[in-house]
Amino acid sequence: MLSLLIYGLIQSVILVLYAYGFSLVYGISGIANFAHGGIYILGGFMTWCFMNALGLPYFLSAIFSVILMGLLGFGLYWGLLLRIRGIVLSEVVVTFVAGIAILEILAWKGLYGFYYNLPVFVKGGISLGDVAIDYQRLFALGSGIALAGLLWAFVHHTRMGLSFRGIAQDERTALSLGIESDWVGALSLAIGSSLAAVAAILVLPLGVLEANIGYDVLIYAVTVAIVGGLESGFGMIAASLIIGFGQIAVARYIGSSWMIIVPLGAIVLILAIRPSGLFGSFKELEERI
Amino acid sequence: MADNGGSYRKERVDRGIKARSDSVYAIASFRDLSYLLLPRFLPLLVAFILPLIVGDYWGKVLVYAAVFGILALSWDFLASCGLFSLGQALFFGIGAYLAGAFNYYLHWPIYATIPAASVGGALLCTALLAPVMRLRGVYFAMITLVLPMLFSRLIVATKVIGGSHGITNLTPLGSRWFTIYFALLALFVCLFVFRRIMAQDYGLVLSAIRDDDRAVMSAAINIFWRKVQALFIASGVGCFAGALMCHNYQFVGPSAFALDYSLMPLAATALGGPGSFVGAVLGSAVLVPLSEALRAFGGLRIAFYCLILMACIIVLPEGIFHYMARKYHRFERMVKV
Repeated sequence: MLSLLIYGLIQSVILVLYAYGFSLVYGISGIANFAHGGIYILGGFMTWCFMNALGLPYFLSAIFSVILMGLLGFGLYWGLLLRIRGIVLSEVVVTFVAGIAILEILAWKGLYGFYYNLPVFVKGGISLGDVAIDYQRLFALGSGIALAGLLWAFVHHTRMGLSFRGIAQDERTALSLGIESDWVGALSLAIGSSLAAVAAILVLPLGVLEANIGYDVLIYAVTVAIVGGLESGFGMIAASLIIGFGQIAVARYIGSSWMIIVPLGAIVLILAIRPSGLFGSFKELEERI
Repeated sequence: MADNGGSYRKERVDRGIKARSDSVYAIASFRDLSYLLLPRFLPLLVAFILPLIVGDYWGKVLVYAAVFGILALSWDFLASCGLFSLGQALFFGIGAYLAGAFNYYLHWPIYATIPAASVGGALLCTALLAPVMRLRGVYFAMITLVLPMLFSRLIVATKVIGGSHGITNLTPLGSRWFTIYFALLALFVCLFVFRRIMAQDYGLVLSAIRDDDRAVMSAAINIFWRKVQALFIASGVGCFAGALMCHNYQFVGPSAFALDYSLMPLAATALGGPGSFVGAVLGSAVLVPLSEALRAFGGLRIAFYCLILMACIIVLPEGIFHYMARKYHRFERMVKV
């Protein structure tokens, strides 16, 4: 029971890490960044490259890859998305396609199998009661929570965070107050991409570094966003908890191969009950006739 | 206006064959008649003669092109009422699996499995996606993106309906000629039916929903119901493509939900020009043979589609078909300034 609690919590935090960047970008600029999974894996791969090809220490290469992914996100907005801003179809297709291009090029370069992996930050583990748990999972848990707190503070207590919220609430009014929406959009995509890289560095040491994982990350990020409701940060956390605990419970009592049924079931259920997500708002069109 | 040495300019004149509207013509001679009919019938003629000329391998490619063309048509139909699907593979996979299961477990013949899979798949997809029709924005795109990926992982992980090995030994579609001509005929029937639907009042309502859904609501039209109908038609056509392909391969597996089937229709429509249906067919007629020629690149093929798609959307949002049609309907000549 204790292990269910601990591993469920860890799984939920991993899902929050996956979904955070995606939700943040959508919440601020209204862009569904389907390149999220690609950027996640690219972040992990860059860390690997910095360590193994350039021989940098782990900590430094992690920071470099986070910065690099931030720049990539910024470039994605400034180079591509800015030209088609406002055309929802084109935005969706371009981010989707950019993400797939990244993943497929990485897969083509041979990013699968057990050859590539990231080392854990801290080796070893402890046992709580009768539950064995390694430090990396605890580290991911702690930093996930810390990151969420930090971002909350950033968005609510800094000037830039205020302008982010302004753009999210009403773009035109924010514009008239001198907040430049393109600048904020590009920054939001940069921060979202950095978050994807942070998630990659925290979560990837638990498994292998494979291009296909990018699709899983995208699936989970989008699922969490759909189930929780898009703009709602609270909804994201709630959905992560539901899906995370659900998955661990299913793995425990039915079999780990059935874990995938949890996100699917959650989507189908949420569509049937509340299509705009648990905490989503104002997206349902008025039905009057 | 292109400027030629300062003293000439390029003049563009519309051909004077249109009377009053885009669909009413004033024909005065056989030349006018052929001007109108040739671009409509020549491609049809070429498409039906081509299988006689090309070899066995390119005949198969022709079938793929037709199937992808049907999927692209279904995408374009959804898009013309404002629903942007990132997962045609959902329709394709559900159609393929239904047809495969009917054929393998119930031993139904082909002429029963394909219609049953089309209608049953359309019902299933519509039931699954109907709640999203009430939402605006990117929700439809997100859900159609996630569902096929989840379905394929579900089938692989839980080993139901064949698991990762899929179902093999399905009834083949028929002889080589039958397969090719059936696929081509289906493609052109879809094309003409879709164009006819969109030219009528019914289609007018659908495209009005894309342009301004609130205005349509204020005209006392139930847009939710209309969108569900459009979804039913489009998903039925998508499922039909899947059913056709699974009998053609005699195999259905998790690869029926693969990304190719989502991405290729999108790329084809973006390349050919969205909104006209002909563009979707044209795009897949260009892209599918191209991707066969690119087989040497292996996994990089998908990355290549992605680049084409990005370039098309950012640089040439109009698409080939609209560009060609514009040029065809105009004279261009140099005149002295």
